[in-house]
Amino acid sequence: MGKMVIPLGPQHPALEEPESFSLLLQGERVAAATVALGYNHRGMEKACESRTYIQNIYLLERICGICSHSHSTCYVQTVEMLAGLEIPKRALYLRALIGELERIHSHLLWLGVAGHEIGFMTLFMYAWKDREVVLDILEMLTGNRINYGMNTIGGVRRDITPDQAQDVLKCLDVLEERTAYYAKLVTEERTIVNRLSGVGILLKEDGLRFGATGPVLRAAGVAMDIRKDDPYGIYADLDFNVATDEHADVYGRAIVRVTELIESYKICRQVIKEMPDGPIVVKAPSKIPAGEAFSRYEAPRGEDIHYTRSNGTDKPDRVKVRAPTLANLAAITHMIEGGYLADVPIIIAAIDPCFSCTDRMIKVIDSSSGRENIFDWAGLRKYSMEWYSKQGIDFKNMNAFRKED
Amino acid sequence: MKSVGRIVPYLLSMLVKKPNTIMYPFVPAVVADDFRGALKFDKEKCIGCKICERVCPSDAIEIEKVADKQFKAIVLMDKCIFCGQCVDSCPKDALENTKNFELASLNRESMRVEI
Amino acid sequence: MALTLFYILIFPGFLFLSVISLVFELIDRRLYARLQNRVGPPWFQPLADFIKLLSKESIVPKEADSRIFRIIPVFALAATATAFMYIPMWGLKSLYPFSGDLIVVLYFLTIPTLTFFLAGWFSSSLYAELGAIRVMTQFFAYEVPLYMSILGPALLAGTWSISGVTNYYHMHPLIALVNIPGLVVALFATQGKLERVPFDIPDAETEIVGGTFTEYSGRFLALFRMAIDFELVVMSALIAAVFFPVFIPSNPILGFLVFLVKLLIVVFLLTLMRTALARLRIDQMINFCWKVLAPFSLLQILIDLIVRGVIKA
Repeated sequence: MGKMVIPLGPQHPALEEPESFSLLLQGERVAAATVALGYNHRGMEKACESRTYIQNIYLLERICGICSHSHSTCYVQTVEMLAGLEIPKRALYLRALIGELERIHSHLLWLGVAGHEIGFMTLFMYAWKDREVVLDILEMLTGNRINYGMNTIGGVRRDITPDQAQDVLKCLDVLEERTAYYAKLVTEERTIVNRLSGVGILLKEDGLRFGATGPVLRAAGVAMDIRKDDPYGIYADLDFNVATDEHADVYGRAIVRVTELIESYKICRQVIKEMPDGPIVVKAPSKIPAGEAFSRYEAPRGEDIHYTRSNGTDKPDRVKVRAPTLANLAAITHMIEGGYLADVPIIIAAIDPCFSCTDRMIKVIDSSSGRENIFDWAGLRKYSMEWYSKQGIDFKNMNAFRKED
Repeated sequence: MKSVGRIVPYLLSMLVKKPNTIMYPFVPAVVADDFRGALKFDKEKCIGCKICERVCPSDAIEIEKVADKQFKAIVLMDKCIFCGQCVDSCPKDALENTKNFELASLNRESMRVEI
Repeated sequence: MALTLFYILIFPGFLFLSVISLVFELIDRRLYARLQNRVGPPWFQPLADFIKLLSKESIVPKEADSRIFRIIPVFALAATATAFMYIPMWGLKSLYPFSGDLIVVLYFLTIPTLTFFLAGWFSSSLYAELGAIRVMTQFFAYEVPLYMSILGPALLAGTWSISGVTNYYHMHPLIALVNIPGLVVALFATQGKLERVPFDIPDAETEIVGGTFTEYSGRFLALFRMAIDFELVVMSALIAAVFFPVFIPSNPILGFLVFLVKLLIVVFLLTLMRTALARLRIDQMINFCWKVLAPFSLLQILIDLIVRGVIKA
């Protein structure tokens, strides 16, 4: 069989979200791979500039369904830095509790997805059955299973009663027993170990060179975790370990995530035990003074970075989001090349991709002349209408969708 | 110890347990008490300040005057993201979240409801 | 003449096989769900799936070879239905036994695999081609252990007819216990033949979308899925007839019920295998089949020859 180019995506059963991978196959081996991003670009950062700071919390929360609290907390931290607010301790503890519960649900989701990619549907069903326990707790605490809406500028919106805290502790006991079973299963079931070992190798030097973050880097033996290196909230007061592993392949990443699950249970228990009484919110001004702020957060997938620039009004001037998957995607072609086609889905799944988080606009380069171009809102609209009218579609007579434009 | 089929004893024990899934919609789905579902409006309390309209992230609620000091609220259910910001911001607590989430419909017009 | 037509078309021919294969697909899916702690599909699900597929639009790709594309599913169905006629269901003899029908049945069951390959090859789509090549690669791995493990008990019985094998073991039931290694090999090889996890590499949904059946839709896909269901029943019946030939009463109705119970046991074991294992990669599968399954089946043949020699002496 000669070489052939096979497209993996944008629509493919292996990917939850659309992204285009182009693989050059030789038999069953991948000789070369390219990645084309951008299928999930929604113009979030631009949309932030025409909404107030509080409305932006809900918008940025919906960048991703799985790491929604990470984005919302990271953004709120930047705004609170700009406004110079001192957040009450109880609010910080509640944010950490919801953040760790989100990490638990995200890692259980990953375990199920990894099982699905290697054809082991039973692991998928079991891991998602346990995830239902976490989602029910989150629904009880915050009112929704996925986009929690817990944060507001200056603190959190809901409090936790002692009965709810007891329910959370009981569920954590159940989950801990089940996670110990998964740890045993992943390391002992021969078919799983055969599929996951030796696949998608990313050694320490390559990981640091490509800028990988999160469990991908920790599986190569590098103990980098924002919660320890640059603590935010109350993580400086909590006692937990950073999970690392030496295998540097997909098996190592699975071990790291399962270990992180167990650490998260420990953190949740500490948070509930040590939560102080007090107010949960301070009053925040609606007009934030001018300035720039930058904050980092350890999302379940890695390091999440938010930058906000304010100009004294009640709407931000510029919001920039750098999701962890963008940093990990740079390493994907290195991991896929030279492997089997059958391993590509599990390698992609092992960086825990969230393409909704990833697709932000970086630079617009004119393909014919190679020049860089910065568009403003009116210029982008004019450019796109001209481009469509060359294809024969006329947008000039459509009304604007928003009241202010 | 690595071997094939480590999960079999656990699988067989599942045969005697009650299934974890339910036959929704023949069996009702249970949600938590503080679930953020569809909105409910108390027209006795509303003073027509329209703070809810201004804070809504998706312009989903409209307050209209029906008579002197009497207002009605119209919600576009397909725009509402059920964040509850209007509930928090209302100075008179005229809005409230219910537990209703079964709001799907086949035509667009039925999404514009008066609550 | 009318009786022959009745046998071929109604019982135990085409209609009966269709009904029983839908029932066993339901049992397989329901058991799979229960092992995963879910409720599972309702009783009419396989029939509903079949009718739904028949009612959908059947798209034939422009670049595919249209005639072969349409006629292949029918071949798969016909081959498995014909193979079913030679397996004893209600007693010691099948409908039309003859010496050598074991080999003929095994050959008939090879035809569906060839049709899967042809289906993928003539679809002229990237994913279908990859799937077709995987079908053939997998075929070369599991076919030898499957044949050798099924021929082992026949060697011991000294006859090439399935009814003859059943008859022999019915008269000497305890000797069937020496065939247990062959039974294990046959179960694994059957899982490969039916292309279910851990050997569902040709139809690996997360890797090559639909595998050989990527371009199939509508009534052609319905016929292919029906052929796969037929294969499950026929292979399980073959294993039950060759490896479990015990407790066969002379009353045909009781004999038929015993046959159903044996089918249930084999399908239960196959479903358990499907639920408990992950999918293998193609190179791991070839290693496994040639380094583990083939030597065990050779061992089984050796044991059978030795025991036959001992009995004759």
